[in-house]
Amino acid sequence: MTDFFAVLASFFSYPFVQKALLVGSLISLSAALLGTTLVLKRYSMIGDGLSHVGFGALAIATSFHIADVAMGFALPVVVIAAFFLLRLSENSKIHGDAAIALISTTSLAVGYMVMHKNGTNVDVGNYMFGNVFTITDGDAVLSVVLAIAVMLLFVFFYHKIFCVTFDESFSKAIGVSPGIYNGVIAVLTAVVVVLGMRMMGTLLISALMIFPSLTSMRFCKSFRGVVAASALVSLLAFLLGIVLAHLLDFPAGSTIVVVNALIYLMAMLFSKIRGRL
Amino acid sequence: MALITCASLSLGYEGKTVVSDLTFQVEKGNYLCIIGENGSGKSTLIRALLGLKEVSRGEIRYGDGFSRQGIGYLPQQTLVQRDFPATVTEIVRTGFLNRKRFSFFYSEEEKEKANGIMDKLSVSPYKSSSYKALSGGQQQRVLLARALCAAKDLLLLDEPTAGLDPLMSSTLYRMIEQLNHEGLTIIMVTHDMDAALRYASHILHLHKDTSFFGTREEYDHCQVCAQFLDGEEQTND
Repeated sequence: MTDFFAVLASFFSYPFVQKALLVGSLISLSAALLGTTLVLKRYSMIGDGLSHVGFGALAIATSFHIADVAMGFALPVVVIAAFFLLRLSENSKIHGDAAIALISTTSLAVGYMVMHKNGTNVDVGNYMFGNVFTITDGDAVLSVVLAIAVMLLFVFFYHKIFCVTFDESFSKAIGVSPGIYNGVIAVLTAVVVVLGMRMMGTLLISALMIFPSLTSMRFCKSFRGVVAASALVSLLAFLLGIVLAHLLDFPAGSTIVVVNALIYLMAMLFSKIRGRL
Repeated sequence: MALITCASLSLGYEGKTVVSDLTFQVEKGNYLCIIGENGSGKSTLIRALLGLKEVSRGEIRYGDGFSRQGIGYLPQQTLVQRDFPATVTEIVRTGFLNRKRFSFFYSEEEKEKANGIMDKLSVSPYKSSSYKALSGGQQQRVLLARALCAAKDLLLLDEPTAGLDPLMSSTLYRMIEQLNHEGLTIIMVTHDMDAALRYASHILHLHKDTSFFGTREEYDHCQVCAQFLDGEEQTND
């Protein structure tokens, strides 16, 4: 047992591990908070779509040897895509899910084409599944700023976010403009996706947005409860995931997703059993 | 002066006119039912009254110290709402957000008022229950309570009984009638002709170029309206 704690203590003593823990916790928290409103509005796949756009953008940036500014290139591209996807789902003849599929597959295709042509030595696996231990100082600063922004948004505009999520028509009628809140949430989601991609990879980042809120919806009946529980579940799953990954030598991103999935399964069983009683 | 005056109002989308040259007034304490076939512009008119739709011609005037922010609106239910994890109290209180620009929390006074409204509409027993666990009629009463929190003088209801069984509908209609007796002005869009003729003080029947506006009694004796009714019956056959 003391061995076990010694292993953990030495693991946590590395600066790069501490950085990963800080950034990972902040991103998990932000993703879970934003995820609750996205899931409830039936925009669950937006995170997935955006991460593919992020993949395309990062691939292009890296292939043209501007890797140092890759984030600076990917971030605005993904923000624009987020606005575009939200507007497309609202107005156009292409429905939201189809729009997301169109944009995400196209970005993925373009990204891989460019990668294949220009940089054969790039490790695609790193883009697809991320690596939580390659987080840079820049990422760390950005993720602190992001988490503060998301938290402020949820503290001060909590009631309005709830109102807009629950009923856009009513919100418009009483002068709470859904456009502004949807826009702010889209921008923050884009930032979460770009930052989270480094850690979780293109294919896995959207899990951080969807699982915690789905889990919370299984056992919370109030919106306040769902928001608070999602944040807690997300943090718990991240910490558990990263420790398990280290102990069992699994890739961290995938382990975090699997832990999230297991927690969801448990919540589902729990609510089924409670329903029977 | 009337609460709302619409003068030679025309509404449309991208050059296509939906409602043309419409004139009517809503006085304090009126119960106006807006009826008409699908596509006759009922929803467009509601959007215009709420200020969500530009007027193409004519104007909407608000009088008697009344402004658009004082409208309590009951929109049609959406699919997203039916399984939404939120308690009844959380939903009802959002009605007060129409008075909040730069304050972020509800005052004690508002919480009290919300409790009073929930008592009145008999939703208090489920005020900590989850919205998704309620029946259709209960959900509709919750949304009505939210609208009342927002309403100063006027309640605007968009097909409030859609999807409800007859018993639930009549409970809801009686509550709305009671609110009207207490002095609240009601504007209700409905497909339910019987309810319109039974509860309304005024009727606005939207129909292409020959819309009717008048009291319920006038509507009974109106030639054109009889044709509407006959016409509707014929198309139903």
